[in-house]
Parts: sequence; C-alpha cells; structure tokens
Amino acid sequence: MCMSSEPVSMGEFSETDLILREVLRDVLGLSPERVEAFTLDTGLFGHLPELDSMAVAGLLTEIEDRLHIIIEDDEVDGEMLESYGALLGFVETKRRGG
Amino acid sequence: MLAAWPSSAGEDEYALTIGASGGTRILVLPALFDEANKLRHFTVEVMRQLERAGIASVLPDLPGCNESRAPLAYQSIETWREAATDAASFFGVTHVLTLRGGALVAPFRLPVLRYAPATGSSILRAMVRARMISSKEAGIEENREALLELGRHQGLELAGYRLGPRMIRELETAEPADGAALTNIAQGDLGGAGLWLRAEPDHDPSQADALAALVVAELLA
Repeated sequence: MCMSSEPVSMGEFSETDLILREVLRDVLGLSPERVEAFTLDTGLFGHLPELDSMAVAGLLTEIEDRLHIIIEDDEVDGEMLESYGALLGFVETKRRGG
Repeated sequence: MLAAWPSSAGEDEYALTIGASGGTRILVLPALFDEANKLRHFTVEVMRQLERAGIASVLPDLPGCNESRAPLAYQSIETWREAATDAASFFGVTHVLTLRGGALVAPFRLPVLRYAPATGSSILRAMVRARMISSKEAGIEENREALLELGRHQGLELAGYRLGPRMIRELETAEPADGAALTNIAQGDLGGAGLWLRAEPDHDPSQADALAALVVAELLA
C-alpha cells in the first residue's frame, strides 16, 4: 500500500474544526497559537468587540466558500455565533447536510 | 501628495499621487465600501513599493467617498466608472490596477490589472447580511428579498453606507468588465489571507511587496 494515499492525521481536530479555526485566524488576525487555544466555550460575537456585523457577514461568507456550504439568512442568529463551540456545531451539522 | 482632479459629476475630487509623472503611471482603483477601509494601508503601501520600482501611481477618491463632497447616495457603479475615466484622463495614466470591487468601476479603454476581483452581487450580499445581523441584534427581523426590493426603488443604508437605488440595482449585476483586462492576480499569488477579511483594518507588508512585485513583473513583461 502506498503510504502517501493514507489519510493525513488531523490530530485532535476534525477537518471542519481546522478550517473553521483558519477562517477565524484570518478574520481576527490572530496567531495560529491563539486560535489553536480556542475551546468550545471561547466567546465570539458579543465577546470580541472587533467582530461587528460587517465582520461577521464576511466571516460567514468565508466559511461558506471554504467549507462549501450555504448558510441561510434565517439560520444566522446570536446563539449560533455565541461561542466557538456553537459555531462549530452549526457548521458540522450543515456539512452533514442538516 | 494630494492633487485635485475635475470629476464630470461636477465637483473636484482629491487623489493621492505617488511618484513623478511622465513615465508609466497607474490609476489605482480602491476596494469598495467597508473593504476600502480594510485595504487602505495595504493599497498605499503597494503604491510606495511601485514608486521604488520607478512606477508612479494615483489613488483617486471615488465621488461620495473619503474627502469627496458629492453625496454617496447619488453614486452608482456607472458614475464611479465615469469618474475613474475622468481621473485616468486627467492624470494621463497608462495602466489601471484595481483592488477587489474596484474592478467593477475600471475605465474600459486602458489595460487593467485586477487584484482579487469581486462581483457586485457578492459585495451586496455581504452588506445586506451585515445589515440583517445588526438588525437582528436590535430585535428587528428583516427579509433579504424585501430589503432588496425596497433598495431597488428607494435605496438602502447598508453597513453604514447610504446607497441609492441605482447603486443597489447596478451592484446586483455588476461584473468586472474584461474589455481591456491584462491579468487577474489572485489572493493565493500573494500568500496569506486577504486583508479585506479582517475584522479590523490591518496590514501585512509582505503581501504589499508581493502585489507590487507582480504588478512590476506584468508591466515589464
């Protein structure tokens, strides 16, 4: 068996989790270390003053592009953006076709 | 330095000029709306890098933006294209470099280099989404289609920008015109993520260096 065809280990993060952290890193201008330290409880909208509505709109559009999902307007609410865990849960459900 | 130029919209507008006129001179058309703020530092740094390579450049205020006295609500993609064409002619530019949505307002007759061009519909979509998010925070539910329908007839305030009905209608269908396109430069060619994504204006000197180098290489090719 060719080793290069083996799936690359994602360590403790799922692929969705990794991509979502990358998007947040790019939007918030954070170091990879700081974004890696995000936990499911890390607060987002309402906790990070720089994340205003325009930044959130850009964030959602970038998530759509990189994760190949469409986020409907009526799905966007404060709860889904409240914490990293809530956003990750939402995106993972979307990617499973939910 | 700052220079004034006559826009056919009636008012003089300002432009930032870097480098001496006489040789290659590039009209730099900025990103639009919120992205213009996010990319301002980057844009001017690219111009400084171009000057080091002997290329002059001009960054005009689009009517209704920055120091302009013209009301933004009267502007549209087409009025901005006319203004950009006026500026190109006044400053005697040889090429155009557009950033993001700036590609939508490029003059038709000059060779254009486009950095990460954006469509009007994607810009509008993000701005409407931002408005809906902030309305929701204030306890007001809004509907995208109803907002756009209102905007097409009466204009709309989006993300702090008062856009007139013509702007809304033109943004819905505006695409970068490819008449005189020389080349597209993708974000991936610069390395790193686009600075327009940042929640707050930020800068990355290596990206500015990379874009300026790609522009110089294209012009010398």
